[in-house]
Amino acid sequence: MAQSSQPAQPTGGLSSIPALLQRNAEKFSNKAAYREKEFGIWQHWTWAETEKEIEALALGFINLGVNEGDFIAIIGRNRPYFYWAMVAAQSVGAIPVPLYQDASAEEMAYVLDHCGARFVVCEDQEQVDKVIDIQDDLHQFEHMIYVDPRGLRKYDHHQLHRFVDIQEQGRAAYYEFIEDLKERREKLTYDSTCVMLYTSGTTGKPKGVVLSNRNIVESAKNASTFDNLNEKDEILAYLPMGWVGDFIFSVGQAYWTGFCTNCPESADTMMTDLREIGPTYYFAPPRVFETQLTSVMIRMEDAGKMKKWMFDKAMGLAKRVGPAILDGKPVGLIDRLKYKLGDIFIYGPLKNTLGFSRVRVGYTAGEAIGPEIFEFYRSLGINLKQLYGQTEATVFITVQPDGEVRADTVGVPAPDVEIKIEDNGEIFYRSPGTFVEYYKNPESTASTKDPEGWVATGDAGFFEPESGHLRIIDRAKDVGKMSGGEMFAPKYVENKLKFYPDILEAVLFGNGKDKCMAFINIDLTAVGNWAERNNIAYSSYQELAQHPRVLDTIQSHVEVVNESVAQDAMLSGCQVHRFVILHKELDADDGEMTRTRKVRRVVVEEKFKDIIEALYDGSSEVSTVTEVTYEDGRKGSISATLQIRDAKVQPAQTQKVAAE
Amino acid sequence: MNDMSADGYVTEDGRKIGGTLMEMKNITLRFGGVKAITDISFDIREGEIRAIIGPNGAGKSSMLNVISGFYVPQEGEVWYKGARRPQMKPYEVAQQGIARTFQNIALFEGMTVLDNVMTGRLNKMKTGLLSQAIWKGKAEREEVENREKVEKIIDFLEIQAIRKTPVARLPYGLKKRVELARALAAEPSILLLDEPMAGMNVEEKEDMSRFILDVNDEFGTTICLIEHDMGVVMDLSDRVVVMDYGKKIGDGTPDEVRSNQAVIDAYLGVSHD
Repeated sequence: MAQSSQPAQPTGGLSSIPALLQRNAEKFSNKAAYREKEFGIWQHWTWAETEKEIEALALGFINLGVNEGDFIAIIGRNRPYFYWAMVAAQSVGAIPVPLYQDASAEEMAYVLDHCGARFVVCEDQEQVDKVIDIQDDLHQFEHMIYVDPRGLRKYDHHQLHRFVDIQEQGRAAYYEFIEDLKERREKLTYDSTCVMLYTSGTTGKPKGVVLSNRNIVESAKNASTFDNLNEKDEILAYLPMGWVGDFIFSVGQAYWTGFCTNCPESADTMMTDLREIGPTYYFAPPRVFETQLTSVMIRMEDAGKMKKWMFDKAMGLAKRVGPAILDGKPVGLIDRLKYKLGDIFIYGPLKNTLGFSRVRVGYTAGEAIGPEIFEFYRSLGINLKQLYGQTEATVFITVQPDGEVRADTVGVPAPDVEIKIEDNGEIFYRSPGTFVEYYKNPESTASTKDPEGWVATGDAGFFEPESGHLRIIDRAKDVGKMSGGEMFAPKYVENKLKFYPDILEAVLFGNGKDKCMAFINIDLTAVGNWAERNNIAYSSYQELAQHPRVLDTIQSHVEVVNESVAQDAMLSGCQVHRFVILHKELDADDGEMTRTRKVRRVVVEEKFKDIIEALYDGSSEVSTVTEVTYEDGRKGSISATLQIRDAKVQPAQTQKVAAE
Repeated sequence: MNDMSADGYVTEDGRKIGGTLMEMKNITLRFGGVKAITDISFDIREGEIRAIIGPNGAGKSSMLNVISGFYVPQEGEVWYKGARRPQMKPYEVAQQGIARTFQNIALFEGMTVLDNVMTGRLNKMKTGLLSQAIWKGKAEREEVENREKVEKIIDFLEIQAIRKTPVARLPYGLKKRVELARALAAEPSILLLDEPMAGMNVEEKEDMSRFILDVNDEFGTTICLIEHDMGVVMDLSDRVVVMDYGKKIGDGTPDEVRSNQAVIDAYLGVSHD
């Protein structure tokens, strides 16, 4: 079984991304491979053109002295140039290392030092400045390449080159290096390294995950087959390039199936671009769906009575029958007709506004999504599914097949993936996507992956007996016991809280304690809009967060969540007894979150120790001073006095009464 | 300091400053009995960033209005590109390649950002009203060409996300940027900025400074600006004219101006008798 799932070489010699590029350039030569909106117009490159661009860049790399096995760091937002740079790097036998472009100079320096990249491809002056700062300490870069020349004209260009110039030099040296390039390209096998990605990690320093061509190509192939993706699909590439998901969708699957990768004009125009492109295959972390839902709800609050009435009516119907229709389950004729009508007047236009008109397959992953949010999209007829994965697995561990989608599970094992669950509930997997190693970190590799290839996910979960779907409880290390012996699973409660548009983030404490306490971050968009409608004046985030009426609202949310948590006999101990609304948003720049916006529990616990203490010692307010980091790296501090509120808790449901 | 020969020089950061592009010779401007500007002379060199500073009511905006042709001075001459400029209407001045932004934003509030910036191209459009209305052939081609120029500016000033947003809905800082975009759309030889940073917070000021430097660097546009924030002026400009009570009290590099006693007096407030 394991043997057959890991063929030494696939048929047709398609054992690397550059090989797939060659195939696509012939097979889909005139089909768009990349689109990017620039100067207000969607520019496109066909696969044949893409091949030429990448070849020119690869020749330019050889001309610059890139050797096989070198690391080339890629820092930028999703643009065709950076995808080309990655494939060009692979073509010359080098290893691309895409980074999170919004990472601080410190984080970048760590990663660049760790992989020892000799070359950097980045976007503009901002990143060039950052890289030059790092270079002052590391002295390791031989050449830096940038795409956008603005503001860089006066820089010392001994080591600094413009992207198009490198391509130009490559074209000029065509006959000199083409044989060399071909030779290097042919040397690539299923076992050569395809890419190295740094995991953000909720604890400790980032680790460099080495993924081979086998990992990428096999995973891309399996997932594409699973969802019937083909060359006619369209995706919008807007997620960080340093994240494994973007690599597998925008490179792995795009090159395997030959579909088109669309790049937005800028980070701010993403929603407009999404609507213009109307992707057929779409991926977003829950956060994006939450934000979109929040903005829809806010706009409906502002809409006229008639529109609001129609919307509520239609959404009521959609909630009842939408998901069933999507899953092909039996639904009454009248309801079907009503749903059709709703589609014409409400769902259709709404999907169009959101850019989801053409979505055939949509995924959310990275974190659990609130069931209500999930159902909202599905009820509109959008085939949104969940998958469970991680960088070390080349994304896919479990996926939800069409027609078997539920909010509380993450689906069945992806093709060729084996899963086992240890006695303590931790999930282990083995698949063709299983990573090669952590770069320069054999201890971590050994502690994560055993000699038989089983990888520990660090998540606790179980298979539901009736459906065979995997259900994740929480991070294995986050699940704990309260002093009274009840189970402590923070994520479960936090997700319930985060469903409210007013609540952006929640952090639950209580491991080893007798009661649970919570930190809340309000969502400035939603609460700000509410304040505007209710004529509540405020001058800062901090002031709004501490407004008594905001506290009242949040308290009512917390109490409703408590009621629902109390229903679950296993987790009823996790009810929130007291909570505080934080005076600042948890932020990756301050290290409180990862770049993929997962809360770093340990950091938060340490940083806001005084507030947690106050929550537990029963005081009604707490004064605190917190250090913050601004976007440009400067530090400052904010001080605040925070109100602490008590929330009503429900008595735990006794098993005896609830049984049967 | 720099060797400021008549033919130009190269600044410390490697920008080329050319010869004189515009010269104000003994300008005096009166409104009835009030003298707004008294006998002021200074020059603007090609490619430089030239600042006019001074306390409130010093006559800075009046000076800018003289340059843009909005006010006609009673005495003195304006020389532009080596020739004396005859008395002309503001739109004729604009056609000569002088564009400006306003202290109090003067955009078309109901129109989108894109349309506002397109108005900056009006001077470059040749087709008549009728052919524009029919919008075939030449008129269409012309619009496409001009739109391309405008899109480059939109990209340059990073306002893509608000391209189709009506100006009235924008915050103040962005409106200022849109105004700069419209002025740039005219592809001016001289760009006049009337307090481009007034009322902005520190972050917006930093952005605006960046854009002004980039415009100067990227398009080689000569910039003449009025500004109150001394820090900004001293950082941005190559040379500074200082005015007080309608008179010129200093002229030179930021360092020279900073150590000029008359300037210090004007800013710290010395009793005038």
